[in-house]
Amino acid sequence: MNNSEKIEELRHFLAQTGPSPERPALSFGVAEADRVLGGGIAPGALHEVYARDWAAGGFAACLAILAAGSKPLFWVRPDYEALEYGALHAQGLAELGGRPENLFLVRTANAAEALAAASDILACAPVGALLLELSGMPRAMDLVASRKLNFAANLSGVTAIVLREGAQAMPSAAQTRWQVSAAPSPGMDDWGLPSFRAELVRNRLGPTGNWQLTWNPDDGIFREPTHERTAPHDSSQKNFGLVAAALFDRPAEKKRRFAF
Amino acid sequence: MNNALYVQALDVRAHRLGLYKGQPLANARAMVQALTIIPADDKEDLKLLEQIAEWCDRFTPYVAADPPDGLILDITGAAHLFGGEAAMLTHVTQKIEAQGFTVQAAMAGTASAARALAKFAPSHIAAPGAQAEALARLPVAALGVEDKIIAALRRAGLKNIGQVAQRQRGELAARFGKNFVTALEILLGQHDQPVSPRRPLPDLMAEQRFAEPIVAEGAIAASLLALAQSLGGVLEQRGLGLRRLGASFFRADGQVRRLDLRLGGASRDPARLMRLLHEKLDALADPLDAGFGFDVIRLEAMLTERTEAAITSFDSNENAKREIQYLADRLSVRHGEARVLRFVAQDTHIPEAQSAAIPAQDRDFGEDAWPPRRGKNDPPLRPLRLFEKPEEVQAIAAVPDGPPMRFRWRHAPFEVAHAEGPERIAMDWWKREKPTRDYFRVETKDGQRFWLYRDGFYAHSGLATRWYLHGIFA
Repeated sequence: MNNSEKIEELRHFLAQTGPSPERPALSFGVAEADRVLGGGIAPGALHEVYARDWAAGGFAACLAILAAGSKPLFWVRPDYEALEYGALHAQGLAELGGRPENLFLVRTANAAEALAAASDILACAPVGALLLELSGMPRAMDLVASRKLNFAANLSGVTAIVLREGAQAMPSAAQTRWQVSAAPSPGMDDWGLPSFRAELVRNRLGPTGNWQLTWNPDDGIFREPTHERTAPHDSSQKNFGLVAAALFDRPAEKKRRFAF
Repeated sequence: MNNALYVQALDVRAHRLGLYKGQPLANARAMVQALTIIPADDKEDLKLLEQIAEWCDRFTPYVAADPPDGLILDITGAAHLFGGEAAMLTHVTQKIEAQGFTVQAAMAGTASAARALAKFAPSHIAAPGAQAEALARLPVAALGVEDKIIAALRRAGLKNIGQVAQRQRGELAARFGKNFVTALEILLGQHDQPVSPRRPLPDLMAEQRFAEPIVAEGAIAASLLALAQSLGGVLEQRGLGLRRLGASFFRADGQVRRLDLRLGGASRDPARLMRLLHEKLDALADPLDAGFGFDVIRLEAMLTERTEAAITSFDSNENAKREIQYLADRLSVRHGEARVLRFVAQDTHIPEAQSAAIPAQDRDFGEDAWPPRRGKNDPPLRPLRLFEKPEEVQAIAAVPDGPPMRFRWRHAPFEVAHAEGPERIAMDWWKREKPTRDYFRVETKDGQRFWLYRDGFYAHSGLATRWYLHGIFA
């Protein structure tokens, strides 16, 4: 077998394992990331998010919102996650641009049951996306389990996102693997849109990368951080006057800000 | 009574020796030397009665316990399964006797008549129309009223129920009170007395009886499938779908195992019911133990609702919705109903109460939309994750009622880069339980974002201000 044949075979292999034409990749919104990922997040595949700090859960949720679109999102987490990492707040998901009416939360007794639930969910094609939250290094989550998940996702076209908190990277069959930490929000001294420093440490298609991403809840995609103001407000407020805080259930008017 | 012991119950042999119920124990001991005495335990008796009632469920789903020592079985529509009323009566008594109990049984048109006949004319089957005649021969004790009244009746020369029934009701009421007349009329079937079954009655049921108890898993599965198919057929004829399904497994040795399945959307598809049943059986903490085998297996439609014919909709949206519903059902069966949840928006300003998690099966999927997100370009003002119990942090604020400058949470220090707030959220003031909270959205130097609050007003608490971390933003 000469080199050209070898390359041809590898191309063929990639065509089989890469995003299939009938399942177009979901654009990330950031051109550079899309190029590296081959058009964006591959649907019907397993994606891993490893947490470097407390922001990673938000990144995983954003990915799940992006992957689910208008279809149901299943969030699977063992019971202890809520104690350790906080209970899921549907209002917060709505604020991120998700659809709480499409959200199903499955609480399980342990990681093994969470994996069983995940494979049930991945077998159901009308599901939009699955977010599986596993903290620590449960024995049930090994290479075989990740292969099963990836395979099930491939068959049905449901995107699977696994959020690993307090875990070390281990071999898996995932399409992509991300290491995520927080990034200062774009608005300088302002409360801005959620921002992440996302490092693509593994990609089945080859190239990896490192980006700063800002989540845009209105469009449901990421974008590169811009330093323009996100919320309109007048400059007279710059000198920390004693004004009322933004009210959650009323349009944002005047805010009281602090900087150190 | 007066600290003396009395005979509460006795067996046939003791009865033959001339002992009787209510006899002082010392008296009985004097009559018979070799007496085995077991202290009475009403609670245990009641428990045993409940167990026997549970077991009797195999004859008819309508079983009511009639303490202290009776059971009422409504056999409407069940007798033909045993080859007629006489055959059923023999069958039931034999089956109960085989377990070592002494039993007296009778059949009649009303529960109270059957009870009286069972006590005073066992094995009697009162044919329709002949009930009054059968009752007339019973002694007045069969009325089940106080001993005082029985004695008074006897003194008045009224020996049996027939004689009492002939008297004017007004006369009897004047002498023995209104309650006595009511008791008499209930017995004679002139008054209705409802009998409440132990368990809710199914709308429909299908059951299979086995001459030889079955043990093999395959045989049980085959039986369940046949039952699901026959139940599904009847449901289809009636245009009904299942919302709750009960499965009862009656073991030959008297144990009964029941399963309860809930369905998120009405269905009568046997394949789907079977799949749920298998999931349930797999997920049981203590697996179904066939022991010496099951002799009756029953499927009960506990809750049904009208459903249109099962057509495969051309609307792919509808199909997708149905599949999601099925998925939620399967997950609920395996992991528990309270573990598969959906969220409903609540009209409150208290953060932790703003979304209520309800079992996914309680509400049809796609029923309710959440209020739309706030204005365009607004950053999220509520955290994605909220601690059910806010965690206390050690925080230092620059100004007394200002935001924290740095804080320590779970032993890790955080430096605040900028903060936004306060957003003052008052708890339910009418409950007066918790102080008002001043919430701050804070971003640390490295960009992590948290939701902190100060408990109560600074003016009130002074230096003892407590800070809590309530949520984590994306």
